[in-house]
Formats: sequence, structure tokens, C-alpha cells
Amino acid sequence: MTSELIRKTAAELAELIHSKQVSAVEVAQAHLDRIAEVDGTIHAFLHVAADEALKSAALVDEALAAGSEPASPLAGVPLALKDVFTTIDMPTTAGSKILEGWRPPYDATVTKKLRAAGITILGKTNMDEFAMGSSTEYSAYGPTRNPWDLDRVPGGSGGGSAAALAAFEAPLAIGTDTGGSIRQPAAFTGTVGVKPTYGGVSRYGLIACASSLDQGGPCARTVLDAALLHEVIGGHDPLDSTSIDQPVPAVVDAVRQGASGDLSGVRVGVVRELTGEGYQAGVQAAFDAAVQQLEKLGADVVEVSCPTFPTGIAAYYLILPSEVSSNLARFDAMRYGLRVDQGSSAEEVMAATRESGFGPEVKRRIMLGTYALSAGYYDAYYGQAQKVRTLIARDFAAAFEQADVLVSPTAPTTAFPLGDKLDDPLSMYLNDLATIPTNLAGTAALSVPCGLADGLPTGLQVMAPAMGEAVMYRVAAAYEAARGPAPTPEVTA
Amino acid sequence: MSAPVYDLVDFDEVVEKFDPALGLEVHVELSTKTKMFCGCPTTFGAEPNTQVCPTCLGLPGSLPVVNKAAVEAAIRIGLALNCSIAPWCRFARKNYFYPDMPKNFQTSQYDEPIAFDGYLDVVLDDGETFRVGIERAHMEEDTGKSVHIGGADGRIHGAEYSLLDYNRAGVPLIEIVTKPILGTRERAPEIARAYVTALRDLIKALGVSDVRMDQGSLRCDVNLSLAPRGSGELGTRTETKNVNSLRSVERAVRHEMCRQAGVLLAGGEVVQETRHFLEDTASTRPGRRKETSEDYRYFPEPDLVPIAPSEEWIEELRATLPELPWARRARLQKEWQLSDEELRDLVNAGALDLIEATVAAGAPADDARAWWVAYLTQQANAREIPLDELPITPAQVARVIELVKSGELTNKLAREAVNGVLAGEGDVDEVVAKRGLAVVSDEGELVAAVEAALAAQPDVVEKIRGGKVQAAGAIVGAVMKATGGKADAKRVRELILERCS
Amino acid sequence: MSADPGATGPTLGRDEVAHLARLARLAVTEDELDLFARQLDSIIEWVAKVGEIAAADVPPTSHAVPLQNVFRPDELRPGLTQEQALAGAPASQDGRFRVPRILGEEQ
Ligand SMILES: [Mg+2]
Ligand SMILES: [Zn+2]
Repeated sequence: MTSELIRKTAAELAELIHSKQVSAVEVAQAHLDRIAEVDGTIHAFLHVAADEALKSAALVDEALAAGSEPASPLAGVPLALKDVFTTIDMPTTAGSKILEGWRPPYDATVTKKLRAAGITILGKTNMDEFAMGSSTEYSAYGPTRNPWDLDRVPGGSGGGSAAALAAFEAPLAIGTDTGGSIRQPAAFTGTVGVKPTYGGVSRYGLIACASSLDQGGPCARTVLDAALLHEVIGGHDPLDSTSIDQPVPAVVDAVRQGASGDLSGVRVGVVRELTGEGYQAGVQAAFDAAVQQLEKLGADVVEVSCPTFPTGIAAYYLILPSEVSSNLARFDAMRYGLRVDQGSSAEEVMAATRESGFGPEVKRRIMLGTYALSAGYYDAYYGQAQKVRTLIARDFAAAFEQADVLVSPTAPTTAFPLGDKLDDPLSMYLNDLATIPTNLAGTAALSVPCGLADGLPTGLQVMAPAMGEAVMYRVAAAYEAARGPAPTPEVTA
Repeated sequence: MSAPVYDLVDFDEVVEKFDPALGLEVHVELSTKTKMFCGCPTTFGAEPNTQVCPTCLGLPGSLPVVNKAAVEAAIRIGLALNCSIAPWCRFARKNYFYPDMPKNFQTSQYDEPIAFDGYLDVVLDDGETFRVGIERAHMEEDTGKSVHIGGADGRIHGAEYSLLDYNRAGVPLIEIVTKPILGTRERAPEIARAYVTALRDLIKALGVSDVRMDQGSLRCDVNLSLAPRGSGELGTRTETKNVNSLRSVERAVRHEMCRQAGVLLAGGEVVQETRHFLEDTASTRPGRRKETSEDYRYFPEPDLVPIAPSEEWIEELRATLPELPWARRARLQKEWQLSDEELRDLVNAGALDLIEATVAAGAPADDARAWWVAYLTQQANAREIPLDELPITPAQVARVIELVKSGELTNKLAREAVNGVLAGEGDVDEVVAKRGLAVVSDEGELVAAVEAALAAQPDVVEKIRGGKVQAAGAIVGAVMKATGGKADAKRVRELILERCS
Repeated sequence: MSADPGATGPTLGRDEVAHLARLARLAVTEDELDLFARQLDSIIEWVAKVGEIAAADVPPTSHAVPLQNVFRPDELRPGLTQEQALAGAPASQDGRFRVPRILGEEQ
């Protein structure tokens, strides 16, 4: 029974729980057992909250037994939460030594919404430190391994959440996507990851990497599960000034519509600049096959050009470190977190703590951002990057005149071996080439599995205009239905 | 490494040889209910770290949301200072590390202040008006407060460690910066003081801050530089902080002029630095030299969206501007028919608001003025407190005046009633009742007292009956004595004359 | 210091890296100075290509969503207790955060 339960989708589990065929506690226990079985190998979790999870699941069972309606369509379904959202009952570290053991005195809005929806939070997942990285190797607590090949990375920064899904440790997960941190791990692990419109999911309680780019989003093994979760966590939050004051797009309906398999009248734009050179041959082939599949479903496929997209990555690596250098200034050993008592003054203790509490990538980006914002350099770097950002938004706007959604491979390669890019920050950065434009423009995108290349998963990226999630989910659901069940990895302890 | 010490130059000589350039930066803490970016209270003096939340403590994941009332206050201040209001502006982050700043950046405005390019006309002691240009008024947040332990007198130097309270962190501040104030010559100290005074009165009239320099809700930094007389140049400036009273503003300017002149005349160079005003010696000392040069790495605050006040909103706020202090003074002078001197005395005594409030509570202006400038001023002086801190309200004074007018209190009794209020015995009517101050109005009691007095002095009765009506005064006096001064003398006289006719 | 991102040769020297580390309050080691000097230099050279796009008349984008005038009413919201506020503090005393002595002045 256990092995059956963990292979079910969130929608199936919800159905079983709400019809009382299986209890939420059983479902939670099955996943906790799976975590106990494989997470020593995968290391997707930084913290497993077994007692809290079982308690929360029991509350769902009690309410159902008393005849109440489920608190949400996902009530009782377990979830893995990226360790970058604050949780009052679990430590929150953002993958950093500097926050080791920190217990936040408040819940993030996303955390609150999950709790209110009756979703069982199994624990907190591993990530690159402060979400900086594309491999989860920059976690201060050791890397997460890709369930498809334990010698390869699961992608990053949300490698823990994606690996938890692929290894059947959880049917749902939450990630954050600043430059691809939901989508690239989804592609690397053969799971679904959605970066919602900027402002679509509250950032309150999300430990900031780059404020103007960060966006929390749903991760799952199917498009429908992602949509169900999207509707739980989305919506306006008065505690986040950048939150959009509009209803969550009706993505679940869109998925059901898409699953019927008809995409006639939907215009799909293939972004010329995000294919071809630099893309692994198998990745390109899988993508081309997916585009053909969409065409077969009735979509009008056109080629569009977004000439400034290739510059996006340079703009991104100026804007992100600049915001990081400021956002991470608060980690100073004065009020919370690590304090290294070296030196005789607050200044010295701050510098010693930051030096030993931050990892090399975080320090590198803080230094880069400090440089980019300095007097005399601001205009050439940060200011110019913000202009490129405008141009990228204009490219998107022009492309969305010709197409309802844009598509590309999610990442240029499949999962790379552990340690492969650690000493070469630039080649690590180039992995985010296709995902970054969406963050810069604040638009929406997702990654859906689109077949294997050399035995490893690849992702199809579907991009939509701001608040245009419905059509994006529809296209992904139609593709997913036509593609058939995605292959899954074998993970043994 | 200690800097050379130069002699101070005599003020007259400074003015003869140099032109001062002044610049004043005033920080005003707004008295909104909540902080700039979170819903924590702003009240002064609470237990440490009890008015904090994830946002003002800068906890990871927390986010700011702008307090609308603070923006409205900023716009109203801008309008009162004749500024343009930006049709579109943003907050920026000012990045520097300091333990009393929870995020290690201050959310402030940088190159896009909400109000800019205005002026304030300042009336000087001799009645002359000096126009001070306003460069900008912008919104920002206050820092927390540190206590330094283990050093001499709580100062930062020599302390072993510090204790931090973030109750004040995030309280809304408006920073008002003047344009360079030139051409002030020997009047620079006076003009600096007059400007801060006028600004304080203006902001008080707007009702957006309690502008208490002693509590830090109005803080002033003095920028000053000297240039050779008539050169038209601008010299190197210093910025003096910790100037905590109006008098200190004047003294800080004077001291910096004399000190900088000393440096320059000895062939030295003025160091561009922050200095601290020392209240006890009216001098300034240099702040610690920064090991690295300032580089605040400003950039637009990504967690807050732009502010774009509409024309309608600005006009709505303009309509709420109160009568400005100088206009009000002119009006009251006319209404109360005061000489310039009388007006100035009232202003200096801090009595203007109190008198006006007393008049508003129903008292005639003459009586209100008489009470506040005479008896109540004496009482305040005796207690060595400002007039407006006397524990009596304008409404209470108005009630006392009303009781005197209606004959229920004599002037002497009225003063006793006031004493009772000042002593904390309650409201006016309560004091009158408790102390038994009411004029005897029981006719029977009064008649009995009159008849007793008449019986005791038959010779006087004879005189009155003989036509010497003024002799009644003796009987009146006796009745007043017998009633402890609580009889209405006019009625007593009537009763005496009735009985002697 | 070369302020021109298009200039050839190393953009960042050890001294400048040390200056940045001071600004960022990082007590970097000597080895890190060299490593960062080398890595930052190549990253900066590469990101400098944002300058190659002619964008003089293009307005900068600081915020991806076109929101403005997002305000909060001036109403109290419950915050943290003193105990909650201090719970994560490395050190506290008398209801306050205890920190090592502060050298600089307030700004
Ligand atoms: Mg300021
Ligand atoms: Zn607060």
C-alpha cells in the first residue's frame, strides 16, 4: 500500500482522502517512510517535521470524520517546502550556515495558506544557499543528488524540492524561482515546475535573494497537481507591496480544458534565440519533438525573435547580485543567526560572522553587487542592466503579439555531474540562459517533462504574458496528455 | 594621531573676513499611529523591543508596506513649504552597516524626493523677513536606539558593549533640507535659529508631529562652511549633529564659524567631517573619521512600488492645510488689538495657543489674556515649567472666567479655584464644591448674616439711615468676613440698604 | 580604478577587492582576495556586455509589474512580544539585544 500511495498524484491522493478510502495520516506516514528510506541517499530534506506533519494530517482526518468539507481540494496531501519560507514550527535556514537553527517567530504568507488549505508540510527542502546557484551544490548542508543519477545534480536552487518529487518523497513541493530555480530543477528531474507571474504569489516570509526577481511557485509531478497548488498559494497579499490585487488565474479549469487535447487556435511561438547553438543535441531533439506534438494538437506554431534575450543573462548577473548585496546585509550577527565572536567590536564581529557564515558563491555575488552599485559604476552596470530589462520586456510584448505562448527548452543541457561547474561560476550561470528573461520581465513560465536525452530528463518551457497563466497551463496540460506518462527514476536506498 | 588645535577667532573678525554658507537638515518624526512600513505603534517611552514586528526588526523574509498617513503628512509638509510635489517618485535603499539599523540599509528617498524646490519665509527679531530656500523634503525611516555600557557616561567611546532597542526603528521621518543659505553674514546664527523655530511652528500647526527637540522628534544637523569675504566661493563644510535645542542651533553655528575661521587663518584646512555639538561647552568635537569613504550604493527599493500622487489627491491635501503660524499671529494681533511688543511677549511666553484655546472655549479675549499672562504665568514661573505644562486646560480657565462673570466666584475665590485645579483636586466645579468656594447664594443665610452684622453695629445703621450710604461698606465688610469672602458683595449691599431704609 | 567597463586589462585589483570586502563587511582571507579578484574580473568583463546594447533613450525598469500607490492604512497590527523578538538573538540583556561595542558614529 505504501509504495502505491507514494506513486499517486496529489489529485488522486486528495480524492482518496476526501472520500475516506485512505486517511491523511496514512498518506503522510507513507511519505515519511519513503523519506526515511531514501533521503539518506538523495538528501532532499534539511528538516523533516514528522510529528507536526502527522498532527496536521490528523486534523484533516478529524474534520472529514466530523462531516466538514475539505479545507481545500488538496487538504490532507503532503508537501515539501523549500527552506526559504519562514515556518514558526520548523527551523528556516535558506541553505545557509548563517541561519543554522534559526526559528522564525512568524509564518510566511505561503506557509499560512498551505496550513489553511489543510496541506501536510512534511519538512523543509535543500537549496543552494540563499537560492544562489543552479545545482544545489552551494547548500551549506551538502548537495542534493539527482534521483535519475546519483552522481548528477538535481539542478538549483530548488534541487531539494524537485528531487523530493522525483524520488516520490512528496507529491507536491514549493520552490522559488529567481532566474530558473523552479524550472531548471524540474527539467533536470523530470518534474513540473511553475514560475508564476511576478506578484502572483506573496513574497512575505520568503527570504529574499533578489527582491525584484524572486517568485514562489508550485512544483509537482503533473500539470494538474501544479495548478491545484497554484490556486492554493496564489492571490493578493496586503503584506507584500508588489502583490497583484487580482484573482488567481483559473488554472485548474485551464488544465482540464487542455487535457482534452485540442489546441486549435492557440498560437505557439518558438523563440529563435533560445534554440540551436549551445543546446545539447538530445535536448534540442526532445524539444523539436515536443513542438511537433503541439502542432499535431492543432496549435499554430510560429517562429518569433527576441533579440535581446541573450543579453538578459548579463543584465541578470548585475541586477541579482546588486539586490543580493543589500538584502543579505541584515545577516550581521546582531539580532539573530550565527555570531562569530572574533574581534572586539561590532564591526569586526559582523565581518568575521559574514566571512565564515556565507559560502563562496554568496560572497562572490555580494562582492559583485557591491561593485555594481558603487558610485562611478552604477550607470554603466546597474543602470544599463535595468535598461536591458526594459528591452527584454519589449521583446516579450512584441512576441506575445504573434503568439499566445512562447516555448523553448528549459535548460540547454540535461543534469550535469556533481562538481562539474563548481570552479567555473560563468559556465554555471549560462545554465539559466533560457529561464532568466521571464524573471527579468516578471512574466510567467513553466517547465513540463518532454522526454529523455541520453537517459536523462529534459524540460519543455512554456512562457506566457503576466497573469496569462491559464493559457500556459492549458498548453502544458495538452502536451502532457498527448505525451503520455513520463518515465520515472528508480531510487533505492 | 591627533589633529592640530587652532584658536577660536572672535565672531566680529570672522564676519569681517569670511562669508558663511549655511545648510540645515531637519529630521521630523511623524506622530502617525504606526510606523513607516509596518503596523507597529510609534509611541515614545515603551518597554524596549515591545513595539516591533518582523518588518521593523528586519527579520529574513519580511517586507515593507508604505503607511498612507505618512505620505499624506509628507505632501502636506511639502505644500506648506511651497514645494513642488513629485508626480512620480520612489523609495531607495541607502546601504551602510550600523547595528541600530535592522536591515543595514535605510529605506529613504534619494534622487526622487516627494517634495522639492520650495521656501520658508522666516521673520527675524527685528521684523525683517529672510527667505530660506528648501531643496527637498523626503520620507525615510528612523533607526533603533543603542545604550552603551561600560564607558564613561553612556558614551560610545570606551564602552564595552551596547544594548539595542528597536522600538524607534521604522518610525516615519521627514527630512527637510535647505538650499545653501547665503548672504547671512553676522546674522547666520540668528537666521539658523529662526528657521528651525519657524519650521517647528509650521509642523506643529500641521499637526503631523509633536516636534519635541528634547525627545528627538525634531532633530537638526547644521552644515556650515566659510569662504573668503566677497569671493563668491563655497568652502569645505562640516556637518554638526546632536544639536538638540533652538539655542544650540544658534550656538553651534556661531562656534563653527569661529572654529573654522581659526583653522583657515592659521593656514590650515577645514576637514570635511561630521562633528558633534557639546551642549555643556557650546562647542563641537570631531566625529570618528571613517575608515572607508562613504558609498551608500543607493538603488530603487525593489520591495516598494512607486508613488504617483494624483492632482486631485494633492489638492485635497492642500485644502487641509491649517492657517499658517505667521498668518495666524497677524490675525490675532489684529483681533486682540495687540501692539507688536505685546504680541511678541505672548509668543515668547508660549501663551498664544493657550489664550486662543481659552477664547475658543467661550472666554472673552481680554480675560483669557489676563489670566494666562498674569496669574498663570506667575504659577508657571514658580514651578519652573513652561506655561503649557501647567496642569490646567484652557477649557478650565474659561470655566473659571465664566463663574466670575456670572458672579458665582469673586476674583479672589477664582484664584483659589485655579489653585485647586493646579493642585490636582479635580475640575473647576469639583474644586469649587470641595473647597466650598461658591459665593453664598442661599438668600436666607445671607439675610441672617446681614442682620447679625447690622445688630452688632447699631451706630453704623444710624449713619446709613441718616443718609450716609457709603457707611454701608463697613457692614458689607463684616458680612464678607463672616461668610469667609463667599458672599456676593453687591447683593449684600442691596440687603443692607433695604433693611436701613 | 578604471571606471570604464569597456577598457581592456584587469578591471579589479586586489586593493579594490579588499575595499569592496570592507564595504560588504566580509573579513576575506588573503587567498580569497586573489580568488575573488580573478573571478570577479572575468564575470565583470562578461556582464559588461550590457553596455554594448544601445539603450540611451530606453527607460530603466526597476519593477517588473506596473504597480504604483500601494499603501497601508495607518492602523495598528499586532507585532512580536519582547520575548519573541529576542528569542533568536545571539545575546540579550534587559530586554535589549546585546552586541559588541560599536566603533563608528551614527550616520
Ligand atoms: Mg536621511
Ligand atoms: Zn514593526
